[in-house]
Amino acid sequence: MNRIKQQFLAGPYLVWIIGFILLPLAMILYYAFFNEDGTFTLDNIASIADPVNLKAMGLSLELGVICTLICLLLAYPLAMILNNLHIKNQSFVVFVFMLPMWMNFMLRILAWKLLLNKNGVLNTILLSLGMERITILNTPAAVVFGMVYDYLPFMILPIYNAMARIKKDYIEAAHDLGANNFTVFFKIIVPLTVSGIISGIVMVFVPALTSFAISELLGGGKVLLIGNIIEESFMQGMQWNIGSGLSFVLMVFVMISMAITNAFDKDGEGGTAVW
Amino acid sequence: MVKQNSPGSCRNRNALLSRRTTNLLSKTYMAFIFLFLYLPIFVLIVLSFNDSKTRVEWGGFTLKWYVECFQSETIMSAFATTLQITLISAVISTIIGTMAAMGISKMKRKSRTFYLGATNIPLLNADIVTGISMMLLFVKFIDLGFVTVLIAHITFSIPYVILNVLPKLKAANHSTYEAALDLGATPLYAFYKVTWPEIRSGVFSGFLMAVTMSLDDFSITYFTKGAGVNTLSTMLYTELRKGIKPELYALSTILFFTVLILLLAVNYHPSKKTPSRAKEDFV
Repeated sequence: MNRIKQQFLAGPYLVWIIGFILLPLAMILYYAFFNEDGTFTLDNIASIADPVNLKAMGLSLELGVICTLICLLLAYPLAMILNNLHIKNQSFVVFVFMLPMWMNFMLRILAWKLLLNKNGVLNTILLSLGMERITILNTPAAVVFGMVYDYLPFMILPIYNAMARIKKDYIEAAHDLGANNFTVFFKIIVPLTVSGIISGIVMVFVPALTSFAISELLGGGKVLLIGNIIEESFMQGMQWNIGSGLSFVLMVFVMISMAITNAFDKDGEGGTAVW
Repeated sequence: MVKQNSPGSCRNRNALLSRRTTNLLSKTYMAFIFLFLYLPIFVLIVLSFNDSKTRVEWGGFTLKWYVECFQSETIMSAFATTLQITLISAVISTIIGTMAAMGISKMKRKSRTFYLGATNIPLLNADIVTGISMMLLFVKFIDLGFVTVLIAHITFSIPYVILNVLPKLKAANHSTYEAALDLGATPLYAFYKVTWPEIRSGVFSGFLMAVTMSLDDFSITYFTKGAGVNTLSTMLYTELRKGIKPELYALSTILFFTVLILLLAVNYHPSKKTPSRAKEDFV
């Protein structure tokens, strides 16, 4: 009796789920699969095949993968180092590396824009050293820089947490049984941090794939990602149906990438991971 | 004995040497990442005190950008809106989310799967899609503005509250609540005396997560805000598209130190028993 009564506490949330989670999704599906006059169509989905849109989708995937790889390569050693620190204020050091995550997203982009500007800090330093200016701003490289900067803490954190959970006994046992550092790394540390790597990859890849603000501000309108195309179709072109169709495609890509990463995660938990 | 000892000490010496090298490499690497993360912020802070028209040359110390920052109506109104949206949405989502978590914890597998699945949607979906889908719904019924942004923020904050409170409920002892009821306590009294102390820390970190997410959100706000309303994130986006104003350096500096102080207060509060564990929960 009591059990049933307590379930009603979730009532307001049920209303919220239906009203503001499921209904909006239904709306986007409706706009994606129906024309303005209400007839069923696949044209909006098919508009992903339009050369401009296809190129943007390809570039988004490419930059997303590059950004995720760089973040992983930068974060993994750092997480290991942070985990192996044997100092009194270890948690403070970890905190220092997480702090930029709490800075406003836009301000972090502002900071990079300032560094990479034509007359910005980087070029001023280069000029004073007698070297030539380089133009990074408004190129895909600038967008990747910005993404890595914005999302790196999201990769460090889950990997660090996974590493902190590894029992030191396992590593000592492996050493006692004659394993060298190399073996310990690939047979113990990596398999036990797969779940952290997976959540890191998802937390970096999905926002990188779908971002539009970073590419707009650091790409100067010259780097068109799929997010920019979708944003324009809603905010400038009033092409809501095409925009919804592209959003649906993007949603599918997000789901696929999660399915792939989840498949890897299961392998990892089995304890017989190949990598 | 001797035979065993000598390769051992040799190995020790090698180990010591390699440990020193590793140590040095580790420190260099940490410094490199630290520089990558903090150099941009450091430049912002320095330039916020720079009295110069060309952006990067040092023209002397000034506080005029701070004065202009506080006099700028765009910045101040966006700041006020952000505070209102963040506080109201965090409080409402904490209440709805905590109630939902208590309900879900009593559910059978089937309905629990439904609720948790729905909870995952805003967490996993791309922000841009979440924002657009809500915009498509809102424009059918009301004008976009403060209320729609507020609803959107509550929607994406509730899951974080639920995910912070559910584990605490799972770990809590169920019999004590039942026992309190059997001994004549009203459900509300039993909740306050028995359940609340067990889930309090989860509710608190859920609230902080809601605040963080709301403060940092850009994409969802951007699509649900309409013309008149701006939070700090959307205001900055508009301003940055036009160019960089030095007032924004001042704003960045103020926000950076506010966040720093708040986080230090939350994570290293002397009354907290296990600061590092609390931080892990919070994150």
